[in-house]
Amino acid sequence: MLLSLVTFLPLAGALAIILLVGSDRPTIARWAALGVSLATFVISLRLYTGFDLTTAGYQFLEEKPWLPSFGIVYRMGVDGISMPFVLLTTFLTPLCILSSWESVQKRVKEYMVAFLALEAFVVGVFCALDFMLFYIFWEAMLIPMFLIIGVWGGPRRVYAAFKFFLYTLAGSVLMLIAILAMFFKAGTFSIPELMDYPFPVIFQLWAFLAFMASFAVKVPMWPVHTWLPDAHVEAPTAGSVILAGILLKMGAYGFIRFSLPMLPDASRYFLPLIFGLSLVAVVYTALVALMQTDLKKLIAYSSVSHMGFVTIGLFSFNVQGVEGGLLQMINHGIVAGALFLLVGVIYDRLHTREIAKFGGLVHKMPIYALIFMVFTMASVGLPGTNGFIGEFLILLGAFHTNKLVALIAATGVVLGAAYMLWMFKKVVFGEIRNPDVEHHVTDVNGREIAIFIPLLVLVFWIGFYPDPFLQVFHASVENLLMQAAVTKGGALAAALH
Amino acid sequence: MSQYAYIPLLPLLGSLTAGLLGRLIGVRLSQLATILCMIGASLLAIQAFWQVAVQGGPVIHEVLFKWIISGDFAVNFAIYIDKITAVMLVVVAPIATLIHIYSIGYMEEDPHNPRFFSYLSLFTFAMLMLVLGDNFLQLFFGWEGVGLASYLLIGFWFKKESACNAAIKAFLVNRVGDFGFALGIFTIFMVFGTLDYAEVFQMAQAGQYPQTIDFIWGQVPTITAICLMLFIGAMGKSAQLGLHTWLPDAMEGPTPVSALIHAATMVTAGVFMVCRASPLFELSDTALAVVTLVGAGTAFMAATIGMVQNDIKKVIAYSTCSQLGYMFFGAGVSAYAASMFHLMTHAFFKALLFLGAGAVIMAMHHEQDMRKMGGLAKKIPITYTLMMVGTLALTGFPGLAGYFSKDAILESAYAAHTPTGMLAFTMGIMAAFMTTFYSFRLVFMTFHGTPHDQKAGADHGHGEDHGHAHAAAAHAAAAHDDHGHGGHGSHEVREPSWFVRFPNMVLAIGAVLAGWVGSPLVHEGWFGAAMPLAEGHDALANAHHVPFVVKWLPFGMFLAGLTLAWLLYVKNPGTPARIAARLSSLYNFLLNAWYFDKLYDKIFVQPAKCIGDGLWKTGDATIIDKYLVEGVGAAVLRIAQWFRGMQTGYIYHYAFAMLIGVMVLVTFYV
Repeated sequence: MLLSLVTFLPLAGALAIILLVGSDRPTIARWAALGVSLATFVISLRLYTGFDLTTAGYQFLEEKPWLPSFGIVYRMGVDGISMPFVLLTTFLTPLCILSSWESVQKRVKEYMVAFLALEAFVVGVFCALDFMLFYIFWEAMLIPMFLIIGVWGGPRRVYAAFKFFLYTLAGSVLMLIAILAMFFKAGTFSIPELMDYPFPVIFQLWAFLAFMASFAVKVPMWPVHTWLPDAHVEAPTAGSVILAGILLKMGAYGFIRFSLPMLPDASRYFLPLIFGLSLVAVVYTALVALMQTDLKKLIAYSSVSHMGFVTIGLFSFNVQGVEGGLLQMINHGIVAGALFLLVGVIYDRLHTREIAKFGGLVHKMPIYALIFMVFTMASVGLPGTNGFIGEFLILLGAFHTNKLVALIAATGVVLGAAYMLWMFKKVVFGEIRNPDVEHHVTDVNGREIAIFIPLLVLVFWIGFYPDPFLQVFHASVENLLMQAAVTKGGALAAALH
Repeated sequence: MSQYAYIPLLPLLGSLTAGLLGRLIGVRLSQLATILCMIGASLLAIQAFWQVAVQGGPVIHEVLFKWIISGDFAVNFAIYIDKITAVMLVVVAPIATLIHIYSIGYMEEDPHNPRFFSYLSLFTFAMLMLVLGDNFLQLFFGWEGVGLASYLLIGFWFKKESACNAAIKAFLVNRVGDFGFALGIFTIFMVFGTLDYAEVFQMAQAGQYPQTIDFIWGQVPTITAICLMLFIGAMGKSAQLGLHTWLPDAMEGPTPVSALIHAATMVTAGVFMVCRASPLFELSDTALAVVTLVGAGTAFMAATIGMVQNDIKKVIAYSTCSQLGYMFFGAGVSAYAASMFHLMTHAFFKALLFLGAGAVIMAMHHEQDMRKMGGLAKKIPITYTLMMVGTLALTGFPGLAGYFSKDAILESAYAAHTPTGMLAFTMGIMAAFMTTFYSFRLVFMTFHGTPHDQKAGADHGHGEDHGHAHAAAAHAAAAHDDHGHGGHGSHEVREPSWFVRFPNMVLAIGAVLAGWVGSPLVHEGWFGAAMPLAEGHDALANAHHVPFVVKWLPFGMFLAGLTLAWLLYVKNPGTPARIAARLSSLYNFLLNAWYFDKLYDKIFVQPAKCIGDGLWKTGDATIIDKYLVEGVGAAVLRIAQWFRGMQTGYIYHYAFAMLIGVMVLVTFYV
């Protein structure tokens, strides 16, 4: 019941807020949402404490027939690959709600409802072990996200929301076709069963491309990444946090959950494509980030670059690469999330995101500057922060698989340092140039510090002692690598000729 | 956990105390806390040195905890003290302590004292972690950690644009080096399956590795590839030819930082790394030749530039660069012990020179341009004496520290009897001449001749025209604004406080004695198993048997350099300007540091920005968005608007209703 509880508690909370809280009582809505999300987080911790590290199998399993005539089952379960993302979601949601405390003033009730619904659907995505169930959560999640951008976003929110919706929906349609095709081939929607089904090679290739259409948009991979900067720029702070922290992870999760174990031959066949696109993402978007004048856009482009690392790691077909990729997904959730929160803090005070309008913030906000510095360094991948462990393992793994890939990807580490440090200098250091900074800026308040402390703890915890996190991956990743090494569809070369 | 674990932990504790509680406990307590921690760490470091190096005890090895475990990959945080580490410990910890004390005096007027001390201690922590590791990844951890501290300290006066830029430059250039270092680490793991020093070196010596590995462009010799990649890292950190451009700019940082990080300790990390990995370097003559050539080239290049600089700190910075070159070509001819020896002696006299320069700068009220100084010897005689000791030690005056260690390197290069060794010897001798010249040029311009201090006092705070476009002048002028000026109303030149004088005196004693005390380092086999030499790599052992001329050539160079400096800057002070005018292109070439910065700006920085801009505006905005996305989007939007026209109310209400409706319908009807 634990997984259902974690999934549906936020949804129940959302319903309760809709029904019980009046639109004129925003404070109650805030507290209720915070309470529900915190309760969800506390309950979800049980997933970690009760987790069996020795098995690669699915744990906390639940099975109830749902649509028996189609073989659709309400089947939930987590393994070492999905469980951390459930926790990441339940961990970030209360922080998002807390960060919206003052910045969101219109339609507070609906905003909170949208966030709780989003949490529920995302958790569902990570827990679902039935393909139809997964797809429903996957699509459902789009709606609250679309609304968060489209209703509470910036001036060009409608454009951004539609761009987001269009991109993701286009991908999803192809994924649905692939899911149905797999169902007709294998006769089941059960994800564990599909992992063992020997799909023929040609089928795998088409299915892989269809899945990729959906996952690549979410990651996002180059060249389907252009929705992300716009979505981030227009989204409210908490929307950006969820977008960067969790939604992007769903794409990478899709690759590792479905593409690699179900379509191993195709995964290997398309390896050059994945590596190629990832490398372009790493270098191209790092160069683009170098030139950004909008703070949020810069971090958005850096996200694309960092997610390029993740896809390289996941497709490196060895333990270090995959575990590095998974850890980097978590790290990026923490660090990019924190960076967007940091942008939100100054946006609330100065109502601009233009880098040129900042400068000299350290004089007015020393604590803020310190926090910003830590997350900048984590983003740059400095040893001692979480970013290093992820990037290092990814590159170590990639080096084993393909040295050229590791070599080119490693240049992204240099470029990453360049755009982050230049940005940091322009925003935080130097003289105060904007009179608004002089007069209207105060350092972070208690609520804001409370948001950052858990994130800071994780940065150093993972940086110095990543074992509790890596341990969770070990058994499942090993199992995954065995699944991905299998040749399912007969000799690939023979089939292709 | 033995007491030695506290060697790095105490500075960390000090750093956290001053950094996080600095506002609460105030300036004095922050200083006290960091310095007490540093003294504790120094005492432990000396104890470790005594135990391992003097008494010849066994290697101290203790695993603190497992850091990263993933599949067959595992690394520790550990304490590993053999003789190489012991030497580094006894250099790093005490000098860092002295510089903490010095900073009380130097930073007196600065409002951000706790932050400064926190960064200094953070640096010391990272540096100690770097030398104490038992594996390549902990080395890398400390390596990037000192890089961070260096970044923070160079940019300590963050109001100043030039300081921030210098900090970023240092970080980025080092990142380029670290890029190579990281690839080296990946290759080591791929070849040996571990990053543990002992295991890697053991397998390497036993020949348990493939002779060649497949690298991007084909088969390459394994060990050569590993060593060269590691050496790229060393070049970045130790400011060697090509990756040296950050070091002169790093002088933007407060002077104690220059002394600690950019002279005595951090920049020597590259030398330490090559010595640490000497069991690997010994197996590749190619790699050693590269190390020799790069070292010799740097020693020569930096010395030429040092001869014409006018900023007192930049002269010493290029001198550091040059001396690091010596250490590398020493290592390149397999005289690792001589390199470590020079590393140690250099740490003392170069820190002394920087701190002396700092005392001069303080006395001149934050003036760094030597052309505005002169005649200071009479006004600050103690500082003058101490600077003179440092200068003589650096230039290799017989009996002082540099005489022993630099000559050991030069003689080894000669005794290697290889073409590269001979080339290095020749360039090293030329650099020795230039070293003496620029060192005494500094002394003469600053301490001798006509006093300019009244003038300097009057100009204080104004960026006056220095007559040429080089950044040094502008930066010297900009350096004025960093401190509150409350302290010096009278603009009088006077000796600094005891906090400044005491560390200088201790370092001066070190500069005199380090050569005598440290000479056992170069005795054959002192480092023992830590630096095994391959067959025939006996340059150091043969260094005693070089011809008489070779032995005394460095001293000859000392006399020649001293004479030339005296002729040009004391006897005929008008001559340098005439020479500069006559040979203006050469002069400008040297003054602009061989135009490395301009070149890099043209071939790296500008193109990167240009490409970034192009990819963004053409790639993303035009091709992908305008043609691909918005074409489709516009169509969809038209349809969507048509839909919206049919409805009223809020779209999200409908959306929720729709979602729930669909799910209910599906559940019931299917």
